Amino acid sequence: MLNFFYNSNIYNWLGRLINFINSIFFPFLLVGLSFALIFSPPDYLQGDSVRIMYVHVPAAWIGLASFTCIALLSIFNFIFKIKNLILITKSIAPIGLMFTCIAIVTGSLWGQPTWGTFWVWDARITSMVILALFYVIFIIAHKLISKEDKANKISSLIAVIGAINIPIIKYSVEWWNTLHQPASIKLTGESSIHSSMLMPLLLMFFVLILYCALIFLMKYKTEIIRIKKKNLKRL
Amino acid sequence: MLPKKVKKRASLLAIMLLVSVTGIFFILQSLNQNILYFKSPTDIKNNQNINFDKKIRVGGMVKKDSLIIKEEEIKFIITDFNNELNISFSGTIPNLFSEEKGVVAEGKLQDKTFFIADRILAKHDENYMPPELKDMMKKNAE
Repeated sequence: MLNFFYNSNIYNWLGRLINFINSIFFPFLLVGLSFALIFSPPDYLQGDSVRIMYVHVPAAWIGLASFTCIALLSIFNFIFKIKNLILITKSIAPIGLMFTCIAIVTGSLWGQPTWGTFWVWDARITSMVILALFYVIFIIAHKLISKEDKANKISSLIAVIGAINIPIIKYSVEWWNTLHQPASIKLTGESSIHSSMLMPLLLMFFVLILYCALIFLMKYKTEIIRIKKKNLKRL
Repeated sequence: MLPKKVKKRASLLAIMLLVSVTGIFFILQSLNQNILYFKSPTDIKNNQNINFDKKIRVGGMVKKDSLIIKEEEIKFIITDFNNELNISFSGTIPNLFSEEKGVVAEGKLQDKTFFIADRILAKHDENYMPPELKDMMKKNAE
């Protein structure tokens, strides 16, 4: 049973998973994009600029979720010193950074036609920029600190501190007056987004999650190859 | 049982997290007024020492039937359903600006009921729906 956790076993599975996701990703992407860009209705107020939301919202969710994962894994890593978790957090970080930046950029492009400005320093947007900065610091910590033990320790602490920002981002639109609108989709209760728009949104979310999984598995594979080169059989 | 070292690391992490959470909480508490992107008409009414020379932002709903468009000037009333504030503005307005929608105005207060804006931002609400549905809702309401 424990054999599964040997890196050479994980490595074999990674290859198969990557091939599988590769084969289903493009059909799903085509379906998702055509629903988001062509078949879904325009908004009654924003018109066609609502289509930016189909990328913006999933990107923001993924940005937040990735950092939450990194923070949780970092806590376990800091306490129990499981080295495999470091490889995972290192592989998630660039994806999270990319999607946080996509959320910020698409949000700014959406803000120009609807709000009338590209950029404001309201609580939601500022806290999102801080999240992007935490990703950057996390990645830089691994690159700059050459001693592996020290780098792991410091990056874990950065992730734990950065995790405090996550609930601030989530609730910023409720705690303070912001230009950014409150969440349309709530975990409990009815969402204020019409089902003809919710369906393509969830589809796009699924497609982007597939993309994340693909990039993550590829990065994880490279990290394992890097370990293998050091001639370690097991972590 | 867990080894002593693991326990030590766990408690270290817990203490660090607790300290930083309380620290950030107090920082946000004291910055509360600055984090608010805009003030509501009620905030302005209740505020005793307003600096009339400083640029501020106010926000609320554009009151129904209050929008007057003259040649160079737009006048409207924003409301938070308790208090109201008269706004005067000349310049371009965003597409989404209309009556009974959210708006944020940036500019200077003249007195507690009159505000001259030099920038208007439309605030979008969290409702998304296709145009046909909106027409249906309007018909039902009539």
